[in-house]
Amino acid sequence: MNCLPDWQFMLLSKHSLVVLLEKNSLITALFMVGAILWVSSFISRKLTSGRIHASAIAIFMGLALAYLGGMMTGGEKGLADVPLLAGIGLLGGSMFRDLAIVATAFGVRLQEFIATGLSGIIALTLGIFVSFLIGGLVAYAFGYRDAESITTIGAGAATYIVGPVTGTALNASSEVIALSVAAGLVKSILVMILTPFVASRIGLDNPRSALIFGGLMGTTSGVAAGLAATDEKLVPYGAMTATFYTGLGCLLGPSLIFMIVKLFT
Amino acid sequence: MVIYGTALLAFCMLVGLVIGQMLGIALGVGKNVGGVGIAMLLLIVLSDWLRRRDRLPVPTRQGVLFWSSIYIPIVVAMAASQNVVKAASGGWLALVAGVTTVLACLALVPVLSRFGSNVAEPQDSPPGDKP
Repeated sequence: MNCLPDWQFMLLSKHSLVVLLEKNSLITALFMVGAILWVSSFISRKLTSGRIHASAIAIFMGLALAYLGGMMTGGEKGLADVPLLAGIGLLGGSMFRDLAIVATAFGVRLQEFIATGLSGIIALTLGIFVSFLIGGLVAYAFGYRDAESITTIGAGAATYIVGPVTGTALNASSEVIALSVAAGLVKSILVMILTPFVASRIGLDNPRSALIFGGLMGTTSGVAAGLAATDEKLVPYGAMTATFYTGLGCLLGPSLIFMIVKLFT
Repeated sequence: MVIYGTALLAFCMLVGLVIGQMLGIALGVGKNVGGVGIAMLLLIVLSDWLRRRDRLPVPTRQGVLFWSSIYIPIVVAMAASQNVVKAASGGWLALVAGVTTVLACLALVPVLSRFGSNVAEPQDSPPGDKP
């Protein structure tokens, strides 16, 4: 027997709307993301008269919502920690993201990769070393003097995965590891936001420079979102090199780069 | 059938991830090394091979194209599930390290692009030139 009025029943019982949306969280996420894109293309057209790419605005809105979600729940997955929106975490998690990245390679010609392969490899190597160098220098400037901490923070400046992997391998303190993750997150978010604005200035408008960009930046999420907000056609090239970066960084960080840092400390 | 395309995509991704994992183990890194990149290469090679044999009808293509066209929404969902609070609370060191690294690497993009461009210039004719 249900003696509550219908609307109250809808909101309060265990069959409520909230539970229904939670149960179908991936569907809720699809709707939510669609709504974000709709709002951002509206903003792009009406407020910026198309000057700022709708996807750039959508990504920025996503980050802002992730901040809100993190503040509300204290969790680590931004908006996805709100139970109602857990599907965002699944949709935006590495499984679907990687599938979509692979799909963007469909229709790309192999010759284009082969022709630019060498510059991609140079960009990758340079990108890893420059990130470690600058991250390490900043660590030094902030008063860290031991090779373990300097390397770990340098690793964080590579990506937020290389940081903790290197730090754990070198037995760095948990405070330093946390800093390396934060540095990597700052990098990835900055790449997402800055790329569309600097693209024309750095000549990021062809497959070759996208490949180099991916290798230099290395953060898969940053590159994936940054290129999406710039020109979708460039995504496969940047993503291709970026996906090798974290693995190589984890290889070089605790070994070769640590030994180099050790020479200077 | 549309699922053939999606299955082809899934196959490429799984094979790429397995190879990347083996590479990671062989190199002594706990991480997957370039699995997604390898999967991309595999998809390019396989789809090219199928296309030349006329084994890639429109429905099959749609099974792949759906996923590449859903790419931006997925990236937006990814942005919405980032740990932005932690990035913002890392203090000055994290901020300075992140910002300077990004700026330096951005500045290197045109340098590297120019560096090898005389080598690769002849092939530089993308199929769909921008308007």
